[in-house]
Amino acid sequence: MTNKIAPSRRKFLTTALAGAAAATAVPLSVKADEYITPSMTTPGKAFTPYGMPSGHEEVKRLLRPPGISPGSGGSQSPIESLEGMITPSGLHFERHHNGIPDLDPKTHKFLLHGLVNKPLEFSIATLDRYPRVSRMHFVECGGNSGANAGSPTPPPLSAGGIHGLVSCSEWTGVKLGMLLDEAGVKPEGKWILAESADAAGMSRSVPLQEAHEQGILALFQNGERLRPEQGYPLRLLMPGWEGNLNVKWLHRIKVTAGPTMAKDETSKYSQSLKNGKANQFNFIQPVKSVITRPSGTMTMNGPGYYEISGITWSGHGKIAKVEISMDGGSSWTEAEMPGPVFPQCLARFRLPWEWDGKPVVMQSRATDEKGHVQPTRAAWKDAVSSVQFYQYNAIQAWQIGADNTVKNIYV
Amino acid sequence: MFKTIAFLLATAAPHFGAPADPALVKAWDRSIPPDGAGLPAGKGSVSEGLAIYTEKCVMCHGVNGVGKPSDQLTGGVGSLASANPVKTVSSFWPYATTLFDYIRRAMPITSPHSLSDHEAYALTAYVLSIDGIVKKDAVLDAKSLPKVMMPNRDGFIDAYGATKR
Repeated sequence: MTNKIAPSRRKFLTTALAGAAAATAVPLSVKADEYITPSMTTPGKAFTPYGMPSGHEEVKRLLRPPGISPGSGGSQSPIESLEGMITPSGLHFERHHNGIPDLDPKTHKFLLHGLVNKPLEFSIATLDRYPRVSRMHFVECGGNSGANAGSPTPPPLSAGGIHGLVSCSEWTGVKLGMLLDEAGVKPEGKWILAESADAAGMSRSVPLQEAHEQGILALFQNGERLRPEQGYPLRLLMPGWEGNLNVKWLHRIKVTAGPTMAKDETSKYSQSLKNGKANQFNFIQPVKSVITRPSGTMTMNGPGYYEISGITWSGHGKIAKVEISMDGGSSWTEAEMPGPVFPQCLARFRLPWEWDGKPVVMQSRATDEKGHVQPTRAAWKDAVSSVQFYQYNAIQAWQIGADNTVKNIYV
Repeated sequence: MFKTIAFLLATAAPHFGAPADPALVKAWDRSIPPDGAGLPAGKGSVSEGLAIYTEKCVMCHGVNGVGKPSDQLTGGVGSLASANPVKTVSSFWPYATTLFDYIRRAMPITSPHSLSDHEAYALTAYVLSIDGIVKKDAVLDAKSLPKVMMPNRDGFIDAYGATKR
């Protein structure tokens, strides 16, 4: 078999099992104590109030160089080391504009005011009394994958180093629409401004209709209270929308007639075009996919069987399909998505593959349920200004070399 | 099933919010939209702004706002459609109110909320004066700030269409 995707997965599995069975014969001459390990002869460690990863694990967020203040900047999720669709809370990517505030839920207040009949304030204890919803959604920074947009030569980075500003959690909280209804939005109220209690005063405008229909005031992440880095004790969640407007450490929502034009919705997070104009309010994160295994900076184990695996997502809804090309984009084969596949949520795709050891260019291309398809890098670059890097969603290509190296390349 | 429906019918929507403390609203309601609603009293001149900038801003944003290590504030006016666009406050930001709002809420990065309204007006005036967006003798206040015409005021397209509802 050359660089072809395994034609029959069932057949492949059968062959592999037969091989494994043949190799299981154990020589009888080995001394028993080589197999009776200390873990079997010594009682293990005691219980702990909060579990941590094994000390043998070294999976970490990739810290980007900080800005002027130590907490200004970001860290990336090591997506190449993770599996499934949920990001462990401690490995969720970070983007902070002036550090992580330490907020006390006993004193934290959430203010809802502006063009409403009854301006209201809520404590966290009060918000805890409302009915809750739980949803699995990704959050992705608008600047994710920007390294491939901006750099004229492919940066020699890992999947997480390029695309690690995306993570996925189960978020639980109160529907924003319920609180907006309680306050009573006046007819002239068409937008909201969501504001953080952090030292950057992070604030973004969101159209009222979508804030009312889709917004969640998240209190929980993956079953426990939000992590401090993710907005403890309260964040706005706009499923599938640009990470920046999922305002963390939320303390105020003001209902307004129009957008406030805060710093991060004018000077940043807009999309510069070749003619000098800029698209603003690019709220929805575009369709994307990344093969995480194998991926950049990894070393192959020589020819043979591999499971190609990766993550895919779209702010527009569910992923309809992911196709894999192993020949530089000439032909494409649909990968499996064993599921679950939720809207505005990471989904996992997989495809068995037999590598013949020859150089190969491997790509994945996602299509969402609304028909959006990932563009090529050339097509993406052609549509925008040379300085544009937000919402880069072009097809990622990895070059696998005969020397077992895996590298980020542009095709 | 019937029992569930009867139970739901008897349940009113929860209303647990407390009336907002007017003092809290006053303290936190500092966001400034393009029409300048909510701009505070006070005023600041370009020359006052230069003095404050020299003391509190120049170490991050450079002499005349040329940037490094932090964002470049000035220059690049007219460059956006060129092969090498330079996006700065002067060349790119569509509203002067955004600059005042951001300075007042987030700057200096080591001590946000430390500037008085007067200082925020003065710094806004100074930064805008460097590329001649306001005159060297300009004084900005609640009335004059929203009237400042930024060079790239008309440079943005509402890609989502939400402003037209």
